[in-house]
Formats: sequence, C-alpha cells, structure tokens
Amino acid sequence: MATATAPKIADVKVGDELKPLVLPPISRHQLALYCGGSGDHNPIHVDIDFAKKFGFKDVFAHGMLSMAFLGRLVTSWVPQKQVRALGTRFTSITWVGDVITVSGKVTGKREKDGETLVDLEVKCTNQNGQDTLQGTATVALN
Amino acid sequence: MELDKKLIGHEFKPFTATVEAGKIKLFCKAIGEEAPIYADEEAAKAAGYRGITAPLTFLRALQADDPNKGGLLRLLNVDIGLILHGEQHFEYYAPVVVGDVVTCQEKVVDIYDKKGGALWFVVQEMEMKDQTGKLLAKGRGVTVVRNPDAAKK
Repeated sequence: MATATAPKIADVKVGDELKPLVLPPISRHQLALYCGGSGDHNPIHVDIDFAKKFGFKDVFAHGMLSMAFLGRLVTSWVPQKQVRALGTRFTSITWVGDVITVSGKVTGKREKDGETLVDLEVKCTNQNGQDTLQGTATVALN
Repeated sequence: MELDKKLIGHEFKPFTATVEAGKIKLFCKAIGEEAPIYADEEAAKAAGYRGITAPLTFLRALQADDPNKGGLLRLLNVDIGLILHGEQHFEYYAPVVVGDVVTCQEKVVDIYDKKGGALWFVVQEMEMKDQTGKLLAKGRGVTVVRNPDAAKK
C-alpha cells in the first residue's frame, strides 16, 4: 500500500466520503497477533475459557484493534504527519468472524493556530450494519 | 462493588519507553498496515519523517510498556475480566518514530457510575513527551468496569 498523498484543501468539501476499507473477517489469529503486538495481554480477547468465566459467549476483539482500523482509514487519505486528532467511542463488541467496514466523511473545515483543519466522522460498522466504533478525526490540509 | 471516587486526581508514576522497530512491525502485522513509513527507514525519511514511524494508535502499545502495567486495576481493585474500553482519544503534536525515548505520564481525572452502579467509568488522561521534553501526544481514555454485583440484585 502506498503512502497517502494529501488532498488539497480546496478540493475537499463537507459531505465528501473517504474510500471505505473493508477488512477480512476478524480471526482468532488476528486477536493473538494484536495481543502480542499491542502489549494488551488481557486474556478476554484470546482465551475462550476466561471470556466465558466473565459471562461472554466467546472472545472478542480489542477495541484498540478496531481503532487502529480507523487510523488506517485516515492515513490512507492523508499522510500521518498531518493527523492532529483521532478519537472514538466503542459502541458495541466486535466478535470473531465479524466483517468490519471502516468509513469516514468530512463534517467540517475550520482554521486553528494558522492551520486549516478538516474534521471527519469515522466509524467501524459490522456485517449487520451496526456501528462498533463511532469516532472523529481531525487533519491539517494545505 | 463501588469504586473509590477519592482516587480522582491520582497520578501514576511516569515511565519511559523506547520506540522499537520490531514492536511496530508486529503491531502493523496485527492491524494489517502495510504502508512503507511504518517498516522502512528510507521510505519514512523520503516521506518527511525522522524515521520509521509509529502508527497513530501504537501510542496505546507504548503505554503497555509501563513497568507498573495494570496499575489502574490494582488501584481500583478490579479484575481484568470486568473491564471494557469505553472511549479513546488522542491529540497528536508530532510523529513518534523509532528510537524516540518517550516519557508517559497518566492520571485519573474522573470516576462515575451509570445504571445505578451497574457500570462504572474511569477516565484517564496521559501525556507523552520525547527525550527533549517536547510534547508528542495527549490521550484520554475511558475504562468501563462491569459491576459483578449488579446482576445479583
């Protein structure tokens, strides 16, 4: 995947949609990799016995794995050095096998500290159309 | 279960973490990130970065380098199986790159409950600075604690 080339601020308007990212189904293998890769060793994401003990039907994805997908979407649109903020609420659980689509759209343009900022709504949605993450991002454009 | 609101304002001991290429490599494999600035120093420099760059949410992985990891759960006396991640927000001031020695300071800024104490929310803020004291990022996270006693009522 190539590194993003920033769009020009003049070409960006409120309502513009980013090209969505459709991810492969969440696998147990991916959760194991993220457990090691992120340093979040909470067994609830990788050990089904532990998850059941705490009332869950199965292991489920780390919220931060899905937030990383939001980050991938934003940096597929602008270079990372132009990202000023990324935030999200985790609104529902992502289960093994879920197919997540990451989408984003421009919600505003504003000036701050001599920069032109573009605000985005970004989210992860599962195969049933349910949002799993509802977030926002802010990027600086020239 | 009831969380102690007197813990609002608690500051954790700051710690430093060195940003390592190998950790970024595994992190990128896990999240499916293949852009060259996260793997190749020359590509990163050609793109205007100081070196191999940490992905946006890798900051949370740096937080996991805390030698006192799990401090929040010990402070609250809460089992790890009861927590969920409610919210996470980052503000970015400069890219974090391989070789940076990052100092991270975290504190508890709010504790509150909803649904008659069935769910508790712990809000933490953190700041990350590089080896020169320059601010790299700020973070705000919300940890949700499921009250194991709530179902019994």
